[in-house]
Amino acid sequence: MAPRALRAAGLLLVIAVACALPFVMSNFRLFQFTQVYIYAIAILGLNMLTGYNGQFSLGHGAFYAIGAYVSAIMMDKWNVHYAWTIPVAGILCLVVGFLFGLPALRLEGLYLALATFSLALAVPQILKYFEHWTGGSQGIVLSKPNAPFGLALSPDQWLYFVTLGVMVLLFWLSANLLRGRVGRAIVAIRDNHIAAEAMGVNTSLYKSLTFGVSAGYTGVAGALSASAIAYVAPDSFNVFLSVTLLIGAVIGGLASISGAVFGALFIQFVPNWAQDISKAAPWAIFGVFLIVFMYVMPFGIAGAIRLLWIRTRRSRVAHAPESRETAATQAPTTR
Amino acid sequence: MTFARKLLAVAMAFGVLGVTLAPAASAQTVVGVTATEIKIGNTNPYSGPASAYGTIGKVIGAYFKKVNDEGGVNGRKINYITYDDGYSPPKTVEMVRKLVEQDQVALLFQTLGTPPNSAIHKYMNQQKVPHLFVATGATKWNDPKNFPWTMGFQPNYQTEGRVYAADVLKKHPNAKVGILYQNDDYGKDYLKGFEDGMGEAGKKMIVLKQSYEVTDPTIDSQIVNLKNSGATVFFNITIPKFAVQAIKKAHDIGWKPAHYLNNVSSSLATVLKPAGLEASKDLITALYMKEVTDPQWRNDKGFTEWVAFMKKYYPEGALDDQANGYGYNVAILMAHTLKQCGNDLSRENIMKQAANLKNVELPLLLPGIKVNTSPTDHAPIEQEQLARFNGEIWQTYGEIFDAFRKQ
Repeated sequence: MAPRALRAAGLLLVIAVACALPFVMSNFRLFQFTQVYIYAIAILGLNMLTGYNGQFSLGHGAFYAIGAYVSAIMMDKWNVHYAWTIPVAGILCLVVGFLFGLPALRLEGLYLALATFSLALAVPQILKYFEHWTGGSQGIVLSKPNAPFGLALSPDQWLYFVTLGVMVLLFWLSANLLRGRVGRAIVAIRDNHIAAEAMGVNTSLYKSLTFGVSAGYTGVAGALSASAIAYVAPDSFNVFLSVTLLIGAVIGGLASISGAVFGALFIQFVPNWAQDISKAAPWAIFGVFLIVFMYVMPFGIAGAIRLLWIRTRRSRVAHAPESRETAATQAPTTR
Repeated sequence: MTFARKLLAVAMAFGVLGVTLAPAASAQTVVGVTATEIKIGNTNPYSGPASAYGTIGKVIGAYFKKVNDEGGVNGRKINYITYDDGYSPPKTVEMVRKLVEQDQVALLFQTLGTPPNSAIHKYMNQQKVPHLFVATGATKWNDPKNFPWTMGFQPNYQTEGRVYAADVLKKHPNAKVGILYQNDDYGKDYLKGFEDGMGEAGKKMIVLKQSYEVTDPTIDSQIVNLKNSGATVFFNITIPKFAVQAIKKAHDIGWKPAHYLNNVSSSLATVLKPAGLEASKDLITALYMKEVTDPQWRNDKGFTEWVAFMKKYYPEGALDDQANGYGYNVAILMAHTLKQCGNDLSRENIMKQAANLKNVELPLLLPGIKVNTSPTDHAPIEQEQLARFNGEIWQTYGEIFDAFRKQ
């Protein structure tokens, strides 16, 4: 039980550090970290679909957009408090994702990727079509929420805590979901869907459900982003967003919950570094980073950390009785 | 005696209060300025769907380099910090916050695009940082009452719509008017300016309004409908792709109205030549800049200066790209504004001087068109001149039209 206690202690330490950040960092940096947490939620959603369930989506930017617009329209048209818009956006995206999943999941692999890609292409244009609600290409300007109860926090600090709280909650939920029966069924479908079916897993239902939950997570991220940016417009949700989320999921580590955070850090900060290194060709530099990361850490950042962890433990403990456990937690890497 | 003393005490108290309050009341915020440097922030789409406009950010940088090579502005070098926002509003917010909060720029200049600027509009005014000469044609940047720290640059679409309306009322007072417009904010902004300009008369004169979506493959049926409506004046609010189609189709079906074409599609290279110079003959548009591909400016002083500048400071920039002329113009205006600030480069004074530009001429504006602003007018260029295409060049005619001055 020692490793588990160690892990819990580590997790608490990370959360404690995250809670301390607002009091030592500038508002601008906090804004960036708020973005990281928002991306992390979206990437975790995508990771459940792609990493755990083995389905590709190039269209999660669309759910991110739907979440953001649901939140923005509720705040703008009906003056709903932003906190209520977040679960509504999540549930709505869950339903949309589930319904989209029912027919789309008859498609496999690359074909599904293309079908979802078309969603990412279509949504920004559809948003312009419902101009009365969405404000067309001008978008909707929102206000940043202030801290409630007279808390002495700046809007940036408050939003940081809200996002952090939502992220921790959603991460805990997905950890529970993926650890149990449902999680095993989801992974079984990825590993061998015929075998899974033979064992009595309703694959099409599970696939649709996974798609729905994944879309719901991404929708929550979108809703949070509407408040963080205080503005939504179709140009905020172009195709590149979907690709960026997939990059985050892969670089962070597929089929890893903590990988979502690493992936989010990557997609938030690496493009900026690339721009600092070369103004002329930032995306070429970004591409180099991407290739280096994939080459050095073939199982993502989370996978690399896990391997490092195992190696240091192996060198300390001469024999390795826990190899079975590591193999289980390391599912995709051992495939 | 005691009363006098009390009075004195009260008076002194007020005096002290006055002394302590006075500097606070007139406190000036000086950020991003040293004895040798002034920091200017910018975002441009160097990547992404609108990256064709990224050349504007580069040409501005090239012009500031020229200014610095020549000694800077009032002895200060311009430190121009420009970031890529990929035309994505969330990225614009992040980059602009970096510029304002981390890089500590004195002002923000020429951020590009209506959605990116919308995303930072409130923020800039809350932070009270000058948000100058933004690169978009929307009308909302001229709102000094609610957004005193923001200022536009080019004539907005509504202004241009009014220019055409005035010409229609003058030349074709009894005409039937047909309109084709793109069904989005850009098209509706033009339409509003035009209808406002037509006033009461417009309600009778405008016989048919047709719209299209930017995703439509063709607008042929709209043109046929407009012809059948009996319209003798045609106001064509379309982007280049559809402008080419509209000009061709009208020509092919033998419809010859007085054809007003919005400035957005006035380029010789991308619209008139593809549509056919014969079909384009007698088109009317409103201009405020010298078209860099128009042969009539070949020996013009402003144009030749620009070409010399481009060759020396931005040789990789295209000489047939109007955006490079645009960026050159607006960078000169920025340098002019800073010069006008003298030694007081507080944000308050920068804004005050930007709102106090009088008859400034820029090398690539049409002769006679000048920049004018005031504390209640944050739209620097509000003049345009009509031009008729004679089969080779845009020939300007008539007076320079000022949208908001009495004619």
